Amino acid sequence: MIPELGHFALIVAAALAVAQSALALTGAATGRASLMATARPVAVGLFVFVAAAFAALAYSFVSNDFSVLNVASHSNSQLPAHYRFAATWGSHEGSILLWVVMLSAWSFAVSILSRHLPERFVARVLGVLGVIAAGFLFFILLTSNPFERLIPAAEEGRDLNPLLQDPGMVIHPPMLYMGYVGFSVAFAFAIAALLEGRLDAAWARWSRPWTTAAWCFLTIGIALGSGWAYYELGWGGWWFWDPVENASFMPWLAGTALVHSLAVTEKRGTFRSWTVLLAIVAFSLSLVGTFLVRSGVLTSVHAFATDPRRGIYILVFLFFVVGGALALFAWRAPRVGLGAGFSAVSRESMLLANNVLLIVAMGAVLLGTLYPLFLDALNLGKVSVGPPYFEAVFVPLMTPALFLMAIGPLASWKRVALPDLWTRLRWALAISVVTALVAPLALGRWSPGVAFGLWLALWIAAATLAHALQRFSNASQRGFAAKIAAQPLAWYGMMLAHLGVAAFIVGVTLVKSFEAERELRMAPGDRAAVAGYEFTFKGTREIAGPNYTSVQGEFDVRREGASHSTVMLPEKRVYHASGQTMTEAAIDTGFTGDLYVSLGEPVENGAWGVRLYRKPFVDWIWGGCFLMALGGFLALADRRYRARSREASAELAGAATGRA
Amino acid sequence: MRSLKLVIPLAAFLAIAAFLAIGLTRDPREVPSPFIDKPAPSFRIAQLGNAAGAFSPEDMRGKVWLLNVWASWCVSCRAEHPLLVEMAKRKVVPIVGLNYKDKREDGLAWLGKLGDPYALSAYDVDGRVGIDYGVYGVPETFVIDKQGVIRYKQIGPITPEALEQTILPLIRKLEA
Repeated sequence: MIPELGHFALIVAAALAVAQSALALTGAATGRASLMATARPVAVGLFVFVAAAFAALAYSFVSNDFSVLNVASHSNSQLPAHYRFAATWGSHEGSILLWVVMLSAWSFAVSILSRHLPERFVARVLGVLGVIAAGFLFFILLTSNPFERLIPAAEEGRDLNPLLQDPGMVIHPPMLYMGYVGFSVAFAFAIAALLEGRLDAAWARWSRPWTTAAWCFLTIGIALGSGWAYYELGWGGWWFWDPVENASFMPWLAGTALVHSLAVTEKRGTFRSWTVLLAIVAFSLSLVGTFLVRSGVLTSVHAFATDPRRGIYILVFLFFVVGGALALFAWRAPRVGLGAGFSAVSRESMLLANNVLLIVAMGAVLLGTLYPLFLDALNLGKVSVGPPYFEAVFVPLMTPALFLMAIGPLASWKRVALPDLWTRLRWALAISVVTALVAPLALGRWSPGVAFGLWLALWIAAATLAHALQRFSNASQRGFAAKIAAQPLAWYGMMLAHLGVAAFIVGVTLVKSFEAERELRMAPGDRAAVAGYEFTFKGTREIAGPNYTSVQGEFDVRREGASHSTVMLPEKRVYHASGQTMTEAAIDTGFTGDLYVSLGEPVENGAWGVRLYRKPFVDWIWGGCFLMALGGFLALADRRYRARSREASAELAGAATGRA
Repeated sequence: MRSLKLVIPLAAFLAIAAFLAIGLTRDPREVPSPFIDKPAPSFRIAQLGNAAGAFSPEDMRGKVWLLNVWASWCVSCRAEHPLLVEMAKRKVVPIVGLNYKDKREDGLAWLGKLGDPYALSAYDVDGRVGIDYGVYGVPETFVIDKQGVIRYKQIGPITPEALEQTILPLIRKLEA
């Protein structure tokens, strides 16, 4: 009964989504207030019904209802309850439903947090979101019904893929989708602005918090996914340039460009066409990513259930939404005037350079991801594009962007004098160069790569701090505490996010250059040394998990010369329902790096193939990402959005009466 | 000129969409196997049912035969199993099983329950033969000709379409 109610809720939701788009867009086009007024209540209703459908599916999973095909294929009664809940989005059907849940949640948020915006604009935004929701709801109803029954019911479920039985599964997909789908709001704002022909500073100001919020969630989502791969796949890689990873990274790159471009459009009124194009591109890449993951056109380690019918549906939908948006852009963008001019050296020009570099990097990732598909389509053979391509292209493109990133915040709008910049930054430059030259020696081995990577990170950090100190000392308030308190949260957010990038670079550089690894055979009692740590293999024992049995190895690890030791317990699990084997690495996390042990295959007489790693500063990679996201959230908390938005509505009201 | 520039994103998208559409008609999993038209790698290992007996591909010289990689823990093997049983009943060609990374009693119990279509099954307990044959997922099926050359490899379960349209015509050709 519950699954049927869930299915019914989805049908109602699809009808509401159609109503939301049709009524609101017609109302906005014809200026009928009664139609526009429907947008908000219908958006709330849509959210309620989608949430109800999701709750029904989650209930079927948690209560082990194996008469639902989706549950029988992706869950098992032995599965712990939190994984049964997470299994709700462990299937294709469930993950698309999660997509729609996120979309309707964002629409709901827009409907309650947009009181200060003009009615017509809100109606258009919600109308566009309704079109997207309708597209995905019909996709679910026509090709991917999560509530399909299995009659007679299965005795037992087939189980969730063991790779997905991990705390990461509970939190990573919702965060990732929250970000991915969140760009739909920026997209809807852009389309609404194009339809209205008003791409102005007010539009940029309204879009900014939504874009930043989505960007923060996406940043966290990607970082969580990367961390999950690091400890789950058993060999300690943290990024694989896999098509599915790229699918989430491309919107992130476009979104990062958008966040910065919106700042310019809001403050200076320039880059309008570019900003609106980025808003369209960021969400289009989310849709393309969904297509790549869900249609099966590319192979990937994330290959889940795929079906060409679904691919055709998404492609047609993609064609209408993205093609329509870009056609609208081509048609309407020229009517939008240029903003204020700026000189070749100014904050605008640096942000523009960064934007272009980010987009070119995004294009390079897109090319690398789709290249196998292009070749295959032209009958030129099957290839796969690996990390060497991506690294060779990505690093040189990002280097100048990172260099400029340090200077941008210090540069003034419109025009900046180079001698002045030099005076303000020479100490940061000197300190970062000297430290970068010396630091690798302290870490053990000097190489140009390490020195350069560290220099970039230190340069960003030093320039950011120099900027902060100068800003504090120039503040008019008396007393240091008052000066600190006087700075807006948004500015602190930017500082923190930029420091996050520096931390990220430190992590990537050091783990790439100084990671130590040994792959060897160890019998109980054997010792092995890696990067100054001594690992003693004590032996293995069998342990029983809730739905698996596991061989657990015990390792005693101590720093050479230290007296105390740590116990590390890597596992090799065999899951009952599927018989699949999973490696659970043991990781000892630390501020300056991780120790990482994973079990390979058993050899003879209790000996095992074992992999031992020392990963210096690897956690800085994810720490950096969390700092970036935290910076974004700080910026969101800034008062100015609320204060300014009231002003904006007052301005608009004034403008409206003026026109009448 | 300015308006022409604004059409570029749309044009780029349409080009990508066209490629995506072509991509939908292809199967990315269809990896050309380096084993096709190469002699089947040699091995000699124990049989599943008769631990004392051994099996080697050389024993099948002069016959067209199938080597089917299976395991009791493999879910998709269940899906293709009725097709194999049916083929065995019709005595199309001998089917040799390669029981892959399995426990002997589990494998035998599985055959007992679902029927045994195999002339015999070789018992590849540690998966070494599987490595020689480039097996990266179970099930996989190899069609091997009278000279001991691999002529076709089915990755994943044998579907009725693959059987009717590819495997059976190939067998008829090889036997002629």
